[in-house]
Amino acid sequence: MSTVAETQIKLTPEHDAHPGASVRSRLQDLLPKIVLAPSFAATIVFVYGFILWTIYLSFTNSKTFPSYDITGARAYQRLWRWTFESDPPSSWYTSITNMGIFGFLYILICLALGLFLAILLDQKIRGEGVLRPIYLYPMALSFIVTGVAWKWFLDPGLGLEQTLHQWGWTSFHFDWIKNKDFVIYTVVIAGVWQASGFIMAMFLAGLRGIDGEIMKAAQIDGATTFQLYRRIVIPLLRPVFLSAFIVLAHLAIKSYDLVVALTSGGPGGSAWLPSNFMYEFTFKRNEMAVGSASAVIMLMTITAIIVPYLYSELREKSR
Amino acid sequence: MSAITSPARQASSGMHARTINRVIIYGLLALFAIFYLMPLFVMLVTSFKTMDEIQNGNMLSLPHAPTFAPWVKAWSEVCSGLTCVGMKGYFWNSIKMVVPAVLISTLLGALNGYVLTKWRFRGHTLVFAMMLFACFIPFQSVLLPMATILGSLGRFGVTLQNATGFNFGLGNSTVNLVFVHVVYGLGFTTLFFRNYYEAFPTELIKAAQVDGASFFQIFRRIMLPNSLPIIVVTVIYQFTNIWNDFLFASAYAGSGDVMPMTVALNNVVNTSTGVVEYNVNMAAAMIAALPTLIVYVVAGRYFVRGLMAGAVKG
Repeated sequence: MSTVAETQIKLTPEHDAHPGASVRSRLQDLLPKIVLAPSFAATIVFVYGFILWTIYLSFTNSKTFPSYDITGARAYQRLWRWTFESDPPSSWYTSITNMGIFGFLYILICLALGLFLAILLDQKIRGEGVLRPIYLYPMALSFIVTGVAWKWFLDPGLGLEQTLHQWGWTSFHFDWIKNKDFVIYTVVIAGVWQASGFIMAMFLAGLRGIDGEIMKAAQIDGATTFQLYRRIVIPLLRPVFLSAFIVLAHLAIKSYDLVVALTSGGPGGSAWLPSNFMYEFTFKRNEMAVGSASAVIMLMTITAIIVPYLYSELREKSR
Repeated sequence: MSAITSPARQASSGMHARTINRVIIYGLLALFAIFYLMPLFVMLVTSFKTMDEIQNGNMLSLPHAPTFAPWVKAWSEVCSGLTCVGMKGYFWNSIKMVVPAVLISTLLGALNGYVLTKWRFRGHTLVFAMMLFACFIPFQSVLLPMATILGSLGRFGVTLQNATGFNFGLGNSTVNLVFVHVVYGLGFTTLFFRNYYEAFPTELIKAAQVDGASFFQIFRRIMLPNSLPIIVVTVIYQFTNIWNDFLFASAYAGSGDVMPMTVALNNVVNTSTGVVEYNVNMAAAMIAALPTLIVYVVAGRYFVRGLMAGAVKG
């Protein structure tokens, strides 16, 4: 692709032949940069500038209002102490443990289910055009709507439990959404429901992109279906796995609305994720410095995942 | 469609085994279809039931006497906190926020993508990488500074109002949210257009330049008319994201009559005065979900196709 850019540059010097029109042509040369500048400036200020601002705040003792006297890493020390305060669990301990459980299960189940559905749908299915949008539509809904729907569905007195009782299965018991030890798993269920169809679509596109000749060759060599998928298809889908992982990881760390709408934070804040912790401490509990510090930790976690990915992607492309 | 011979078909030799195989596959696919449809189905049937039927009937049964009353109530009467004016005002708040934000961010993304592929300069990869990284940041890390800035802009707006009689939209929640969504949506829109324009034949641009076409003429006459697929992807993506946003909306327009739809819905559902009217709640949730659902049903196939072209390639 870099060759394209070089030819572009070689094209422009024709303006230099007419020095009379130089102001105009200089402007023409600068125009692309002028067009890009506002967006880039906005990114610098409102993304990177604001991140620095948040980092700064995390080193102050800001409470309800921002204060700009640096008072050291007290907020981080408190978070560090809370990290090990498991009995009774501190809000921070609950948030990060939940993040671990939710992140792990959400990503794993979405990948597994997405791949499984994609493979099933790739078996020359009649009605694929009907099934695909059915699997995919939850992605169009807001987390708030998803939360409202699943809250109703999982409510022991109204939803699934009640329905099965009416059908005669009276010993069925499912109250995870009201149970502080299990409420995070209901967030996993709703989250998987929402995102797995999209992951399916990504894998399906990947499967359709695989060269048919490779498959045929393997079949001629006598590979069984299972071997074919395990040894050939799934390794070929590695780039899709990576893209899907990135999408899911950043959705997982950003999940805030789902917890709010589905569980209202759960009994005693037992469903909190770090994003909920940040919001509550910053805007409700007047602990702005602690809230900022937790935001910085979230950002660092995402950065550790994203930056290597972006680096390898962009380097590959510019080659 | 690819020319792959379905492996499942090849592996099972006998007619009989093949039939069983197909039955299992279709059975599983149907089971998952039920899993994905169930919550929407429950929401929909509940929104047409009377409270009496909800309390005494089965969640999955169709309404005996379908009624539109919950929908009417959700649209024009339901209480969000203490104000009982229905969802309609919040619905328009969301529309007023979504339309300009989508248009502006898409147009800027198209221009940025055009510059970053066809008018490259030294450091274009770095500029792109910096804008791309912005897509992935947790918005919690910019939430507070933005709140501070919007707050002081609002105060400045009041001063301006007193001095000139016009506040230029400063301090207006809708304007604030449009601004926020444009700024934090730029990374995505730029990414979409850049990946799309990268594959666009540069010869055409060169030829136009030789013919003396200017930067904007090329953009308007050559790039834009050929960008329909990626415009569809970007508009759908931005529309769903901005319509569904809750974090920014609750932080910058979290109360009063300026709330967008998502915040209002959350308040309606959590308003606990008297009996909880589940049918009205479900109707309100359906109203909040409809715009994005319609967009997916109408244009979803283009969305997936276009997004895959960019996402899977990398």
